[in-house]
Amino acid sequence: MEPIIIEGTPKTPSIKFDTREEVFEIKGRSIPENSVEFYKPLNEWLDQYMQVPLEKTVVNIRLEYFNTSSSKCILDVFKRLEAIHRSKHDVEINWFYEEDDEDMLEAGEDYDSIIKVPFKMIEIVE
Amino acid sequence: MSFDLENLVSDLDIRGAILYFKGNVDSEVINKALDLVEGKLLTTREAPRLRKKVYNVLVESLQNLYHHADYVPKGYHSARPDRFGLVVMEKLGRGYRITTCNFVATMRVKELEEKITRINRSTPEEIKELYKDILNHQEITEKGLGGLGLLDIARKTGHRIDYRFKKYDNLNMAFRLTAVVALV
Repeated sequence: MEPIIIEGTPKTPSIKFDTREEVFEIKGRSIPENSVEFYKPLNEWLDQYMQVPLEKTVVNIRLEYFNTSSSKCILDVFKRLEAIHRSKHDVEINWFYEEDDEDMLEAGEDYDSIIKVPFKMIEIVE
Repeated sequence: MSFDLENLVSDLDIRGAILYFKGNVDSEVINKALDLVEGKLLTTREAPRLRKKVYNVLVESLQNLYHHADYVPKGYHSARPDRFGLVVMEKLGRGYRITTCNFVATMRVKELEEKITRINRSTPEEIKELYKDILNHQEITEKGLGGLGLLDIARKTGHRIDYRFKKYDNLNMAFRLTAVVALV
Protein backbone atom coordinates (compact mmCIF):
# COMPACT_ATOMS: atom_id res chain seq x y z
CA MET A 1 0.00 0.00 0.00
CA GLU A 2 1.34 3.44 -0.93
CA PRO A 3 2.21 5.59 2.07
CA ILE A 4 0.51 8.89 2.76
CA ILE A 5 3.01 11.64 3.46
CA ILE A 6 1.95 15.25 4.00
CA GLU A 7 4.46 17.97 4.80
CA GLY A 8 3.70 20.14 7.80
CA THR A 9 2.92 23.85 7.65
CA PRO A 10 2.60 26.45 10.42
CA LYS A 11 -1.09 25.51 10.72
CA THR A 12 -1.20 21.87 9.71
CA PRO A 13 0.75 18.87 11.00
CA SER A 14 3.09 16.61 9.11
CA ILE A 15 1.57 13.22 8.47
CA LYS A 16 3.36 10.02 7.67
CA PHE A 17 1.48 6.72 7.56
CA ASP A 18 3.79 4.21 5.91
CA THR A 19 3.16 0.46 6.15
CA ARG A 20 6.58 -0.49 4.75
CA GLU A 21 8.49 1.51 7.33
CA GLU A 22 5.77 0.80 9.92
CA VAL A 23 5.61 4.48 10.78
CA PHE A 24 2.28 6.09 11.65
CA GLU A 25 2.71 9.63 12.87
CA ILE A 26 0.94 12.98 13.14
CA LYS A 27 3.27 15.74 14.28
CA GLY A 28 3.21 19.52 14.71
CA ARG A 29 0.33 22.00 14.83
CA SER A 30 -3.18 21.32 13.76
CA ILE A 31 -5.05 24.61 13.73
CA PRO A 32 -6.48 25.03 10.21
CA GLU A 33 -9.83 26.76 9.70
CA ASN A 34 -11.03 23.81 7.64
CA SER A 35 -9.83 20.68 9.40
CA VAL A 36 -12.24 18.33 7.63
CA GLU A 37 -10.66 19.10 4.26
CA PHE A 38 -7.17 18.64 5.68
CA TYR A 39 -7.84 15.27 7.35
CA LYS A 40 -9.94 13.83 4.52
CA PRO A 41 -6.99 12.21 2.64
CA LEU A 42 -5.74 10.56 5.85
CA ASN A 43 -9.14 9.18 6.73
CA GLU A 44 -9.56 7.88 3.17
CA TRP A 45 -6.14 6.26 3.41
CA LEU A 46 -7.17 4.62 6.70
CA ASP A 47 -10.40 3.34 5.14
CA GLN A 48 -8.21 1.36 2.73
CA TYR A 49 -5.67 0.35 5.36
CA MET A 50 -8.47 -1.04 7.55
CA GLN A 51 -9.05 -3.73 4.91
CA VAL A 52 -5.53 -5.19 5.28
CA PRO A 53 -3.84 -3.75 8.36
CA LEU A 54 -0.46 -4.82 9.73
CA GLU A 55 -0.41 -7.25 12.65
CA LYS A 56 0.52 -4.31 14.83
CA THR A 57 -0.07 -0.59 14.27
CA VAL A 58 1.64 1.87 16.60
CA VAL A 59 0.50 5.45 16.05
CA ASN A 60 2.46 8.37 17.42
CA ILE A 61 0.64 11.66 18.00
CA ARG A 62 3.01 14.52 18.70
CA LEU A 63 0.93 17.64 18.59
CA GLU A 64 2.04 21.00 19.87
CA TYR A 65 -1.34 22.70 19.37
CA PHE A 66 -4.66 21.64 17.95
CA ASN A 67 -7.94 23.48 17.56
CA THR A 68 -11.41 22.16 18.33
CA SER A 69 -12.30 21.39 14.73
CA SER A 70 -9.13 19.27 14.46
CA SER A 71 -10.11 17.49 17.67
CA LYS A 72 -13.12 15.96 15.91
CA CYS A 73 -11.04 14.95 12.87
CA ILE A 74 -8.43 13.34 15.11
CA LEU A 75 -11.23 11.43 16.83
CA ASP A 76 -12.35 10.21 13.39
CA VAL A 77 -8.79 8.91 12.84
CA PHE A 78 -8.91 7.15 16.22
CA LYS A 79 -12.30 5.61 15.47
CA ARG A 80 -10.80 3.98 12.39
CA LEU A 81 -7.93 2.69 14.54
CA GLU A 82 -10.50 1.39 17.01
CA ALA A 83 -12.20 -0.54 14.20
CA ILE A 84 -8.85 -2.12 13.31
CA HIS A 85 -8.36 -3.03 16.97
CA ARG A 86 -11.84 -4.59 17.07
CA SER A 87 -10.89 -6.76 14.11
CA LYS A 88 -8.32 -8.49 16.35
CA HIS A 89 -5.24 -6.55 15.25
CA ASP A 90 -2.88 -4.89 17.69
CA VAL A 91 -3.20 -1.12 17.80
CA GLU A 92 -1.47 1.28 20.15
CA ILE A 93 -1.70 5.04 20.32
CA ASN A 94 1.17 6.97 21.85
CA TRP A 95 0.04 10.44 22.90
CA PHE A 96 3.04 12.72 23.44
CA TYR A 97 2.75 15.88 25.52
CA GLU A 98 5.30 18.38 26.68
CA GLU A 99 6.31 18.56 30.31
CA ASP A 100 3.79 20.71 32.25
CA ASP A 101 1.36 20.87 29.33
CA GLU A 102 -1.62 19.67 31.33
CA ASP A 103 -4.07 20.81 28.61
CA MET A 104 -2.48 18.44 26.10
CA LEU A 105 -2.39 15.65 28.71
CA GLU A 106 -6.10 16.20 29.44
CA ALA A 107 -6.88 16.12 25.73
CA GLY A 108 -5.16 12.73 25.50
CA GLU A 109 -7.13 11.51 28.50
CA ASP A 110 -10.36 12.63 26.82
CA TYR A 111 -9.57 10.47 23.80
CA ASP A 112 -8.46 7.60 26.00
CA SER A 113 -11.87 7.61 27.70
CA ILE A 114 -13.74 7.65 24.38
CA ILE A 115 -11.69 5.25 22.28
CA LYS A 116 -11.26 1.60 23.18
CA VAL A 117 -7.66 1.28 22.07
CA PRO A 118 -4.56 0.97 24.28
CA PHE A 119 -3.47 4.54 24.85
CA LYS A 120 -0.12 5.53 26.26
CA MET A 121 0.59 9.05 27.59
CA ILE A 122 4.21 9.95 27.07
CA GLU A 123 5.66 13.05 28.67
CA ILE A 124 8.41 14.80 26.72
CA VAL A 125 10.91 16.14 29.20
CA GLU A 126 13.02 18.98 27.82
CA MET B 1 -22.39 59.28 16.35
CA SER B 2 -23.22 56.05 14.54
CA PHE B 3 -22.58 52.71 16.17
CA ASP B 4 -19.23 51.03 15.69
CA LEU B 5 -18.09 47.66 17.10
CA GLU B 6 -15.36 49.66 18.81
CA ASN B 7 -18.05 51.12 21.06
CA LEU B 8 -18.21 47.71 22.75
CA VAL B 9 -14.56 47.92 23.80
CA SER B 10 -14.38 51.56 24.84
CA ASP B 11 -13.45 50.41 28.36
CA LEU B 12 -10.37 48.53 27.11
CA ASP B 13 -6.86 49.82 26.58
CA ILE B 14 -6.73 49.46 22.82
CA ARG B 15 -3.66 51.65 22.39
CA GLY B 16 -1.66 49.54 24.78
CA ALA B 17 -2.97 46.24 23.43
CA ILE B 18 -0.69 43.44 22.30
CA LEU B 19 -3.07 42.80 19.41
CA TYR B 20 -5.84 44.91 17.97
CA PHE B 21 -7.67 44.21 14.74
CA LYS B 22 -10.99 45.24 13.28
CA GLY B 23 -12.10 44.04 9.87
CA ASN B 24 -12.61 40.88 7.87
CA VAL B 25 -11.24 37.93 9.85
CA ASP B 26 -10.04 35.64 7.06
CA SER B 27 -7.33 32.96 7.15
CA GLU B 28 -4.60 35.41 6.29
CA VAL B 29 -5.57 37.78 9.09
CA ILE B 30 -5.65 34.86 11.54
CA ASN B 31 -2.18 33.73 10.43
CA LYS B 32 -0.73 37.21 10.86
CA ALA B 33 -2.38 37.70 14.25
CA LEU B 34 -1.10 34.35 15.53
CA ASP B 35 2.43 35.01 14.23
CA LEU B 36 2.47 38.44 15.82
CA VAL B 37 1.24 37.24 19.20
CA GLU B 38 3.46 34.18 19.25
CA GLY B 39 6.48 36.36 18.52
CA LYS B 40 5.56 38.79 21.28
CA LEU B 41 4.88 36.03 23.80
CA LEU B 42 8.29 34.53 23.09
CA THR B 43 9.95 37.78 24.12
CA THR B 44 8.25 37.63 27.53
CA ARG B 45 9.27 35.59 30.53
CA GLU B 46 5.91 33.89 30.73
CA ALA B 47 5.82 30.23 31.66
CA PRO B 48 5.57 28.04 28.55
CA ARG B 49 2.32 26.64 29.99
CA LEU B 50 0.75 30.11 30.03
CA ARG B 51 2.07 30.96 26.56
CA LYS B 52 0.47 27.80 25.19
CA LYS B 53 -2.84 28.47 26.90
CA VAL B 54 -2.92 32.03 25.57
CA TYR B 55 -2.09 30.86 22.06
CA ASN B 56 -4.76 28.16 22.20
CA VAL B 57 -7.46 30.52 23.44
CA LEU B 58 -6.49 33.08 20.81
CA VAL B 59 -6.79 30.43 18.07
CA GLU B 60 -10.30 29.49 19.25
CA SER B 61 -11.34 33.13 19.67
CA LEU B 62 -10.20 34.10 16.17
CA GLN B 63 -11.69 30.99 14.61
CA ASN B 64 -14.95 31.65 16.44
CA LEU B 65 -15.09 34.93 14.53
CA TYR B 66 -14.13 33.16 11.30
CA HIS B 67 -16.85 30.51 11.63
CA HIS B 68 -19.61 32.29 13.52
CA ALA B 69 -19.58 36.03 12.82
CA ASP B 70 -22.83 36.83 11.07
CA TYR B 71 -22.99 39.28 8.18
CA VAL B 72 -22.75 42.92 9.15
CA PRO B 73 -26.11 44.69 9.20
CA LYS B 74 -27.20 46.76 6.24
CA GLY B 75 -25.94 50.31 6.55
CA TYR B 76 -22.96 49.40 8.74
CA HIS B 77 -19.70 50.66 7.28
CA SER B 78 -17.30 47.83 6.45
CA ALA B 79 -15.19 46.89 3.45
CA ARG B 80 -16.71 43.40 3.40
CA PRO B 81 -19.91 42.11 4.99
CA ASP B 82 -18.71 38.63 5.95
CA ARG B 83 -16.55 37.49 8.86
CA PHE B 84 -16.39 41.01 10.18
CA GLY B 85 -15.06 41.19 13.68
CA LEU B 86 -12.85 42.88 16.19
CA VAL B 87 -10.22 41.38 18.46
CA VAL B 88 -8.24 42.91 21.31
CA MET B 89 -5.60 41.12 23.35
CA GLU B 90 -4.22 42.84 26.42
CA LYS B 91 -1.70 41.97 29.10
CA LEU B 92 -3.24 41.96 32.54
CA GLY B 93 -1.36 41.66 35.82
CA ARG B 94 -0.89 37.90 35.84
CA GLY B 95 -2.36 36.94 32.54
CA TYR B 96 -3.97 38.04 29.32
CA ARG B 97 -7.44 39.17 28.29
CA ILE B 98 -8.74 38.31 24.83
CA THR B 99 -11.87 40.13 23.70
CA THR B 100 -13.72 39.58 20.45
CA CYS B 101 -16.72 41.39 19.02
CA ASN B 102 -18.94 40.56 16.08
CA PHE B 103 -22.51 40.84 14.89
CA VAL B 104 -25.01 38.09 15.63
CA ALA B 105 -28.42 37.79 13.98
CA THR B 106 -31.03 38.48 16.68
CA MET B 107 -32.71 35.15 15.91
CA ARG B 108 -29.50 33.32 16.99
CA VAL B 109 -28.98 35.24 20.21
CA LYS B 110 -31.15 33.04 22.42
CA GLU B 111 -29.36 29.86 21.38
CA LEU B 112 -25.94 31.43 21.88
CA GLU B 113 -26.87 32.87 25.26
CA GLU B 114 -28.22 29.49 26.39
CA LYS B 115 -24.94 27.82 25.40
CA ILE B 116 -22.87 30.30 27.36
CA THR B 117 -25.20 30.23 30.36
CA ARG B 118 -25.00 26.45 30.45
CA ILE B 119 -21.21 26.58 30.37
CA ASN B 120 -21.06 29.26 33.06
CA ARG B 121 -23.34 27.25 35.36
CA SER B 122 -21.30 24.07 34.95
CA THR B 123 -18.50 22.82 37.14
CA PRO B 124 -15.11 22.10 35.50
CA GLU B 125 -15.95 18.39 35.60
CA GLU B 126 -19.34 18.98 33.92
CA ILE B 127 -17.67 21.12 31.23
CA LYS B 128 -15.19 18.32 30.59
CA GLU B 129 -17.99 15.75 30.23
CA LEU B 130 -20.02 18.06 27.99
CA TYR B 131 -16.96 18.62 25.80
CA LYS B 132 -16.40 14.88 25.41
CA ASP B 133 -20.08 14.27 24.70
CA ILE B 134 -20.18 16.84 21.89
CA LEU B 135 -16.83 15.66 20.54
CA ASN B 136 -18.01 12.07 20.42
CA HIS B 137 -21.60 12.46 19.27
CA GLN B 138 -22.03 15.55 17.12
CA GLU B 139 -21.17 15.88 13.46
CA ILE B 140 -18.86 18.64 12.37
CA THR B 141 -20.26 21.30 10.04
CA GLU B 142 -18.78 24.27 8.19
CA LYS B 143 -19.51 26.26 11.34
CA GLY B 144 -17.57 23.90 13.53
CA LEU B 145 -18.81 21.65 16.24
CA GLY B 146 -21.75 22.70 18.39
CA GLY B 147 -20.07 25.21 20.66
CA LEU B 148 -16.93 23.17 21.27
CA GLY B 149 -14.85 26.33 20.82
CA LEU B 150 -16.60 28.05 23.73
CA LEU B 151 -16.27 24.95 25.89
CA ASP B 152 -12.58 24.74 25.05
CA ILE B 153 -12.08 28.39 26.04
CA ALA B 154 -13.91 27.74 29.32
CA ARG B 155 -11.78 24.67 30.02
CA LYS B 156 -8.48 26.34 29.23
CA THR B 157 -9.20 29.53 31.16
CA GLY B 158 -11.03 27.95 34.07
CA HIS B 159 -13.17 31.10 34.22
CA ARG B 160 -16.75 31.99 33.47
CA ILE B 161 -17.19 33.31 29.95
CA ASP B 162 -17.88 37.02 30.12
CA TYR B 163 -20.19 38.29 27.40
CA ARG B 164 -22.62 41.03 26.51
CA PHE B 165 -25.01 41.88 23.73
CA LYS B 166 -25.94 45.33 22.46
CA LYS B 167 -28.87 45.86 20.18
CA TYR B 168 -27.90 47.28 16.78
CA ASP B 169 -31.31 47.10 15.12
CA ASN B 170 -34.28 44.71 15.21
CA LEU B 171 -32.44 42.05 13.24
CA ASN B 172 -28.91 42.34 14.58
CA MET B 173 -27.05 42.44 17.86
CA ALA B 174 -23.43 43.31 18.53
CA PHE B 175 -21.78 40.65 20.68
CA ARG B 176 -18.73 40.87 22.90
CA LEU B 177 -16.94 37.83 24.34
CA THR B 178 -14.10 38.02 26.82
CA ALA B 179 -11.72 35.31 27.96
CA VAL B 180 -9.11 35.83 30.66
CA VAL B 181 -6.15 33.48 30.56
CA ALA B 182 -4.00 33.21 33.65
CA LEU B 183 -2.30 30.44 35.56
CA VAL B 184 -4.10 29.44 38.74
